[in-house]
Amino acid sequence: MAVSVANSRLIFEALKACDVKIFSALPETWLVHLIRMADEDPDTVLVRLAKEEEGIGISAGAHLAGVNSALLMQNHGFLASINAIVSLALLYKIPLLMLISYRGHMGEKDAWQTQGGMATEPILRALNIPIWHLTSATDVERRIRDAQTLALASLHPVAVLLSRELMWEE
Amino acid sequence: MLRQDALEEIYPEIQELIVVTIMGAVAVELYTIGHRHNFFYLEHAMGLASSMGLGIALAMPGHKVVVIDGDGSLLMNLGTLSTMARYQPENLLHIVFDNESLLSVGGFPTVTALGTDLAGIARASGVPQVREANTPGSLRDEVREALASNTLTTIISKVEAVGPKTFHMDLPLLENRFQFKRALEGIKKGKGE
Repeated sequence: MAVSVANSRLIFEALKACDVKIFSALPETWLVHLIRMADEDPDTVLVRLAKEEEGIGISAGAHLAGVNSALLMQNHGFLASINAIVSLALLYKIPLLMLISYRGHMGEKDAWQTQGGMATEPILRALNIPIWHLTSATDVERRIRDAQTLALASLHPVAVLLSRELMWEE
Repeated sequence: MLRQDALEEIYPEIQELIVVTIMGAVAVELYTIGHRHNFFYLEHAMGLASSMGLGIALAMPGHKVVVIDGDGSLLMNLGTLSTMARYQPENLLHIVFDNESLLSVGGFPTVTALGTDLAGIARASGVPQVREANTPGSLRDEVREALASNTLTTIISKVEAVGPKTFHMDLPLLENRFQFKRALEGIKKGKGE
C-alpha cells in the first residue's frame, strides 16, 4: 500500500502542461510525491507554507503578476482556508486551481479524517466552487486542463478532488 | 510618529514600486497621498497582504515589492514571517506599522501594546534583516537601505493609533484589482506605471 508515484507524475505533468509555475503546499501523505516533484523540477517554484491560507494569498499575488499557480492541499487545509477563499479569492475574482486530497471519504480508516471528508463537498457547493473528481488516470490530463480553463475564464476558484482510487495503491 | 507623516516621507521611495497594503487607515492614507495603479489595497482577508506580496515577489523576481502591513494583520498570520524567511526573496520589503491597536474597528489594543515584540518575532522567524524605525526620517533611511541591500527586510515602525476622518476611497476594489494587474503587466514589459 502506497501513494501512487505514477498518478502523482500524471497530475504533475498535467499541471505543468497548464503552464503552472508556482505551487504552494503543506505536506500531506497523498501529496508527498507531487510536492517532491514540484520541488525538484527546475521550471517550477514550490512554496512550503506554515498554513494553507497563506497559499490563497500567494496564488492571488501570482495571478496579479501574470503567473499561473496551483495549490496542493488536504481537504482540511481547504477547510482552514475558507475565509481567505471568501474574502480574497471570491471577493477579488481570483482564479484558484485547488488540488485537494479528498481524505475522510469512502475507504477512509483514519477516524480523525472522517468529519472533514463529509464536510468538504457541501462546503465547496455552498461557496459555489465547481468540483472535478479525479478518480482515474485516464481523466487526469483533460480534467486538470479543463479545470484551469474554467478558473481563468470565470476568474473563480475551482476544486479538483484527488480521490483515494487515484492516489492510493492497494 | 503619525503613520500619515511616515507614509509621506517614504512615498517618493516606493511610488514606482509594486505596493500591497492592508485594509483600513493605511490604505486610505496612501490612497489620499496619491493613488497609483501599481498600488493594491487588500480590503479584506486580514493577514494575507504579506502572502500576496510574497506571491508577487516570487512571480516577478526582477522587480521590487513593498508590503505595508500592520500589527493586527501580522498577528493574524505570524506564519507568514517564517514562510518569507524560508524563501528570502531579495526583492521583498515588508513594512509593519505597529499602532498597538485594531484602529479601524474601534481601537481595541493589540497585544503589542502589552509588550509582544514583532521585530523580535521577525528575527526569531529567520527574516535576515529586521529594522526598527520610529521617526519618518529614520524610516525613509531604512527603506532606502533595505531596497538597496537586495535582502528580505522587515521594518517595524511604531505609530500613533490615529487614522483618517473617513475611510472612504473612491476606488471600487475590483477596479483596483484590474488596474493593478494591468500595471504589473506594464512593469514586466518595462513600461512603468
